Amino acid sequence: MTGSSVIDVRGLTKRFGDKTVVDHFDIAVPRGAIYGFLGPNGSGKTTTIRMICGLLTPDEGEGTCLGFDVRRDAARIKERVGYMTQKFSYYEDLSIRENLDFVARMYRLDRRRQRVDAALDELGLADRQKQLAGSLSGGWKQRLALAACLLHEPDLLLLDEPTAGVDPKARRDFWDEIRRLSARGVTVLVSTHYMDEAIQCDFITYIAYGRKLIDGPSSEIPAMVGLVTYRVSGPDISALEAELQKEDGVEQVARFGAVLHVSGTDRAKLESVVSRYRARGTHEWTEKKSELEEAFIYLMAGARDNFARDAA
Amino acid sequence: MRFSFARLFAVLAKEFIQMRRDRITFGMMIGLPIFQLLLFGYIINSDARHLPTLVELNDTGPLVRSIVSGMQISEYFDIQGAVAGVDSGEKALRDGTASFVVVFPQDFERDIVRGLKPTLLVTADASDPSAVGGAVGALSGIVSRAMAETLSGPLARLAPAPPPFDVAVHKLYNPEGRTSTNIVPGLLAIILSMTLVMMTAVAIVKESERGTMEMLIATPVRPLEVMLGKIVPYVFVGYVQTAVFLLAGLTLFEVPFEGSWWAFFVGFNLFIVVNLALGFLISAAARSQMQAMQLSMFTILPSVLLSGFLFPFAAMPGWAQIIGSAVPATHFLRVVRTVMLKGGDIGDVAGEMWAMVAILIVISVVAMLRYRQTLD
Repeated sequence: MTGSSVIDVRGLTKRFGDKTVVDHFDIAVPRGAIYGFLGPNGSGKTTTIRMICGLLTPDEGEGTCLGFDVRRDAARIKERVGYMTQKFSYYEDLSIRENLDFVARMYRLDRRRQRVDAALDELGLADRQKQLAGSLSGGWKQRLALAACLLHEPDLLLLDEPTAGVDPKARRDFWDEIRRLSARGVTVLVSTHYMDEAIQCDFITYIAYGRKLIDGPSSEIPAMVGLVTYRVSGPDISALEAELQKEDGVEQVARFGAVLHVSGTDRAKLESVVSRYRARGTHEWTEKKSELEEAFIYLMAGARDNFARDAA
Repeated sequence: MRFSFARLFAVLAKEFIQMRRDRITFGMMIGLPIFQLLLFGYIINSDARHLPTLVELNDTGPLVRSIVSGMQISEYFDIQGAVAGVDSGEKALRDGTASFVVVFPQDFERDIVRGLKPTLLVTADASDPSAVGGAVGALSGIVSRAMAETLSGPLARLAPAPPPFDVAVHKLYNPEGRTSTNIVPGLLAIILSMTLVMMTAVAIVKESERGTMEMLIATPVRPLEVMLGKIVPYVFVGYVQTAVFLLAGLTLFEVPFEGSWWAFFVGFNLFIVVNLALGFLISAAARSQMQAMQLSMFTILPSVLLSGFLFPFAAMPGWAQIIGSAVPATHFLRVVRTVMLKGGDIGDVAGEMWAMVAILIVISVVAMLRYRQTLD
């Protein structure tokens, strides 16, 4: 393994026809890290993940995944990677047990029965093992999918929007499990739309239109985005929110309960707005350190749906 | 990373479980051959009989009565009654109450005796030529026989003289001229191409449509293991269908099996493989199960219409015969008919076998080219 990077790719590029879906993408994921992969729909997240685990051959670029060359050793990579697809991709007309058993056979695992039994126990589905996977709810399907891609004890877990359509409780449980895995040394690369998932990550990379815009440890992301944020509290906050949104220099107004976080990238402009509003004396304005929350909202709001780029 | 029989076996087992769970499709695999056999075997009869017939009797002598009863006895004609006048006869033909109107002219018998060669007018609804052909062919024989029976004694000289030669027709392979003897063996080709092409295509496309293919190829499974694992179960389906067909064909329809079992065995295995390859090709082209189904239907039409299954191959125009020769069912149909009805052995059908091999090679090459392109 080269250094401590589990994934280390440079210049990864993929084109479909004349469309460049992923454009010279670099990423280095350290062992045991949870790496968040953020970006709007159609920004190339899924394509990048597929290239890293050997499902797609990159048109350009090179690098290693788990020490294997992403171009030549796709077969070796597949043996050590657990890939959870965006859509439930196990057989709905097979039972829970049959699905797990099938996956175990695909990896030619030894002690198959014990492994499947253990996975069923851990899932808490041992007594429902004969139920068809198609009859499970979204949350259970997601847990089954996670259990299935952990059967072969992968070193790297690639999760493509794993909690889309899953209720908050199941999502929390899911992330507890991801944390446990990470603590055991499993590296996790996860793409997401959700802020509460983004803040669970140790590192974050943000891509749009197939290009990487931001990449770094979560704690440094707000500084990289460069937002100046004020915390505002006071009466009739909704009216103020509407008013502020029209102001030049205010790029984002995010509401957290009874307070507003008002942000902008141009400090001078934002401060002139703030001083005008302060002069009214109706609300309390205090500058705060920009957190990941503001940065996340800013990033996600700034990017339109990337599928629409041809129409625009 | 070599080919693993364990993984192939796992894909096979999974496919069988899915097949078993899909009750409707499973029922269709067995039900469709039986249904088609019953339909085609019992219902289709190209030698149409009991056609509704009206007579216009302007003469009621013994000769006319003899001809009419001769027509009735022949079973080709069902005498429904008498009409009077041209108009009512034409109306009956137009509205379909009669397929034939037979007009006996006034003084028919007297004119025959006088040697005036009167005309017996038969008007037929020939909009369906195959329906009336057999009856028209039988008619002159019926009239001759009636005359020979009726005109006796001094009038015997008027009875038609037998021709100065005999035509001996030796009807080989199907002496009774039963349609089912011809149709039922051909039906195996239709049943196999209908179900196998569609099922293989749909089974493969289903995997990518439901997203399970992405999960599959993310595991170390090899493409060849997936493909074989998905195709082999349908070879088994083909065997079951052939067994059902043979059982019903030989017992219910008493279709003979005169030839070599070995030739039959080689032929149907080859045909099954050709169909699976075609299904595979369709799956490589189709993006959804619906498209796969439609493309399969598209391949079934030529199998039914251009293969010589329903209509004689030699009667088709030249260009249609060329297209027909590219249809695998054409060759398999000849193999089955030659082997079952004519007692052929492997040497008699070698040409057809090679034709199927050639088609198989072409389909496989195109399918592999398509498949490579769609991998990425």
